[in-house]
Amino acid sequence: MPDAAAQARSTLRALRRSVPGLILVRLVGAGFVLWMVATLTFFAVRLIPGDPAEAILGGPGSQTSPAALAAVRAEYGLDLPVFTQYLAQLGRLVTGDLGRSYALNQDVAPLLAGQLGGTLLLAVLALAVAWLLALVLATWSTRGGRFAWFLGSGLEIVSAALPHFWLATALIVLFSVWLGWLPPVSTAGPAGLVLPVLTLAVPLAGFLGQIMRESLLAALESPFVLSARARGEGERGIRWVHALRHAALPAISLSGWAFGSLISGAVVVETIFARPGLGRTLLNAVTVRDVPVVVGTVLVVALGYILMTLLTDLAQRLADPRLRTR
Amino acid sequence: MSAESAESAESLAPGPAAALPATAAAAAPIVPVVRVRNLSVGFGPEPGASPVVEGISFDVAPGECLALVGESGSGKSVTARSLLGLAGDTAWLRADELTLGASGVLEISEAAWRCRRGRDVGLVLQDALVSLDPLRPVGREIADSLRLHTRLGAAARHARVLELLARVGLPDGENQARKRSGELSGGQRQRALIAAAIALDPPFLIADEPTTALDVTVQAQILDLLADLKRRGTGILLISHDLAVVGRIADRIAVLSEGRIVEQGPTAAVLAAPEDPVTRRMLAAVPVDKPRGLRLTAQLAPALTAQLALRDAEPARAVDAEAGAHPAAPAAAREVVLEATGLVKRFTRPDGSVQAAVDDVSFRLERGTTLGIVGESGSGKTTLARLVLALARPDAGEVRVLGEPFSVAGERAGAEKARRLLRPQLGAVYQDALSSFDPRLTVGDVLRDAVGGRTGGTTVGTTVDTTVDTTVDTTVDTTVDTTGAGRSRGRDGLRSRGGSVDRSDAAGRRIRELLDAVGLPASLLTRRPLSLSGGQRQRVGIARALASEPQILICDEPVSSLDVTVQAQVLDLLDDLQRDLGLSVLFISHDLGVIQHVSDRVAVMRDGRIVESGAAGQVFGAPQHPYTRALLGAVPRLG
Repeated sequence: MPDAAAQARSTLRALRRSVPGLILVRLVGAGFVLWMVATLTFFAVRLIPGDPAEAILGGPGSQTSPAALAAVRAEYGLDLPVFTQYLAQLGRLVTGDLGRSYALNQDVAPLLAGQLGGTLLLAVLALAVAWLLALVLATWSTRGGRFAWFLGSGLEIVSAALPHFWLATALIVLFSVWLGWLPPVSTAGPAGLVLPVLTLAVPLAGFLGQIMRESLLAALESPFVLSARARGEGERGIRWVHALRHAALPAISLSGWAFGSLISGAVVVETIFARPGLGRTLLNAVTVRDVPVVVGTVLVVALGYILMTLLTDLAQRLADPRLRTR
Repeated sequence: MSAESAESAESLAPGPAAALPATAAAAAPIVPVVRVRNLSVGFGPEPGASPVVEGISFDVAPGECLALVGESGSGKSVTARSLLGLAGDTAWLRADELTLGASGVLEISEAAWRCRRGRDVGLVLQDALVSLDPLRPVGREIADSLRLHTRLGAAARHARVLELLARVGLPDGENQARKRSGELSGGQRQRALIAAAIALDPPFLIADEPTTALDVTVQAQILDLLADLKRRGTGILLISHDLAVVGRIADRIAVLSEGRIVEQGPTAAVLAAPEDPVTRRMLAAVPVDKPRGLRLTAQLAPALTAQLALRDAEPARAVDAEAGAHPAAPAAAREVVLEATGLVKRFTRPDGSVQAAVDDVSFRLERGTTLGIVGESGSGKTTLARLVLALARPDAGEVRVLGEPFSVAGERAGAEKARRLLRPQLGAVYQDALSSFDPRLTVGDVLRDAVGGRTGGTTVGTTVDTTVDTTVDTTVDTTVDTTGAGRSRGRDGLRSRGGSVDRSDAAGRRIRELLDAVGLPASLLTRRPLSLSGGQRQRVGIARALASEPQILICDEPVSSLDVTVQAQVLDLLDDLQRDLGLSVLFISHDLGVIQHVSDRVAVMRDGRIVESGAAGQVFGAPQHPYTRALLGAVPRLG
């Protein structure tokens, strides 16, 4: 029996080493994760107080006749036992049908597809900006002497500790109200993107910067950097050719997690800046107890998270050749 | 002092010139590749204050190898880095003269330094695994100097890289150049690192402990490679703590102690007739060819002598050592205290294939003797140690301790509980003492932990109540004892963190006994392992191993990360302890010199198997297996 387990482990390890194998293992895992996510959300939404049938007919407090409620319950299958509803929902999900929104009276899949782009753009831009800020901060603070070091590490800690809602408000007050440079709500043009992206990017940059600076310092102290200096490599070469790549490795592996945190940050940011997107859709759906939309959004986010983790793994292989051969 | 040493260096300068071929000497006055006069280096804001290197002077002529030898902390590496202008941002440097080739490098700008590094001087560091960028192919690392200092195109650089790889003895350069340092063996890495340092044929090469992390056969190859460079006219500054290693290729030796050169002269003269006590101490410390029981630390530093005075006061032992006779020498058949039979341990490689790290190994350790197990890296020595300590499960075979089965292949899950009763009989000393300690614990905590965890023995004091100290006889039920010990450990841990050790405490007494036994002062109890020297750490490691009063000591490379002189002290200590306590020792090392010095019996391991075993004198005197002969041939010897 232990032999079989060991055999399975070594097969799994062998699979993970090749890129197609890694993707296969990840996809199987993804299926499992999505199932768990669908199950958890399905039951969690049921814990919200109130009658879903009322929500369908115009939300809590609306004057609805018992007959209308009963009709709605029958139409949406809400009168069936919970487990039957759960199985029916799973069955629909397997066929790719995310169901129909209670509140908006339209199919969930196209609804989410319409919102996905905005949120993805926000998250990807924020990740890119966070990386850029972290890189600049880490390189500058390890180079400019003691003062820069203290200032850099202080900035990182402060920005990592900033809550999104506070930062968003502060940015609006500063850039929209006082300076009047940028719109306080998200508009279609690029100017409307600046504040939301900054709100998401700055705290993340603090996190990434701390990690990058740490590993950059470790790399700069290492014997291979001394060897390179002894060959006549200059300070810029030391950083670009040798040290930065080492500094980036842990930050890359964190980026998968960071992407997940950006999506959850998007809920806050999209609401504050009145920006259409998955986050706002999710918040609205939870408020009116729109179960299909909640489940659908969470599934899409989970899928995005899984894909991002996979991308991170592939990026790590690209940046760290040792992972390819091991 | 500085004037004096400068003068002595001047007087030595003609030496290397005279040693060169007559043609070279006749053509022109030899320009040394490096010329150092009255160099002082230190760290801190105040130039001139607390120097690490003080007033040293030397020359290296083309085609000459000067060995800079000293114990750790003597200033060797700081000297090497100063010659490259890489002493660091916080360093200050003063010298009357510092010249590389024809022009001085004192007070030159960083940009000017960059032009000189790699072109006028190359650097080879210890352990190329971390001295080559692990993310870049070695071919790129080697091509770096060419990229920085020449206008060669990519193709020309590649051709030159292949040429360099061939020159340092790495054939199949096309393939090797594409590999990263992690994919090469230790010897290949060191060769690649040398190739990177000599890419521009610098007339001067600094090699800082270039062979310290290497197996003895690989070490011999690397030294041959350096000797070959020397023959082609490169001046080499070889930095090492081991006189036996430098003796192989150095023309002259400069001995560095506490930042000063205490002795400088031709290799043969320094090795044959050392003048300074430091040199004599370093020579005495080399274990190779020294008979079992002969002390390696004849000349002790004054501080150490005071520490060890108590132990060395016994005249009888001194007489033993003089005679070179070891009381533990096997007279008749002795009791076997540790026995391994047919041990096998297999590992699955990442690619799925199965490799036997230990393959059918059997040995017997007799009471009061030392069994030395010697092998190069990858031979399975450490896996064997883990099997013996039952830290890894054997796939076949068994280990018996004091006649009782200790670790058996295919044993049931609950076997560890039974084994725990025997565990105190085995003490373990590891190579990297530092990483075997919890860095947050003080030395006192580490030892208290070991003493408190003891389940056998006679006089463990255990506190049953946190307010009332009661000494409990530990012959009572083991479970009771363990809980009591655990509680006292927590309480005493707190107390010793407060800085005071309860002197009435029996555990405290035992801890001081242990410290005495390993020659450490009680003042170290409140220090943390990180603040100790390498030798002190290993002494604490030995004290911890002795805490449970074991009959058997398993030492896995106990001196491999130590300087030769510190190694000598630790080896002497182990020898004394073995005699005083009647210990049986399983001593595992890659160093044949060490094994020869400490062992009664020797087993030579290769690829997981014991290829030859027997009495030490027999294995070293008349080796039967060709592998043993090859290993012995590669051992650096004095003179």
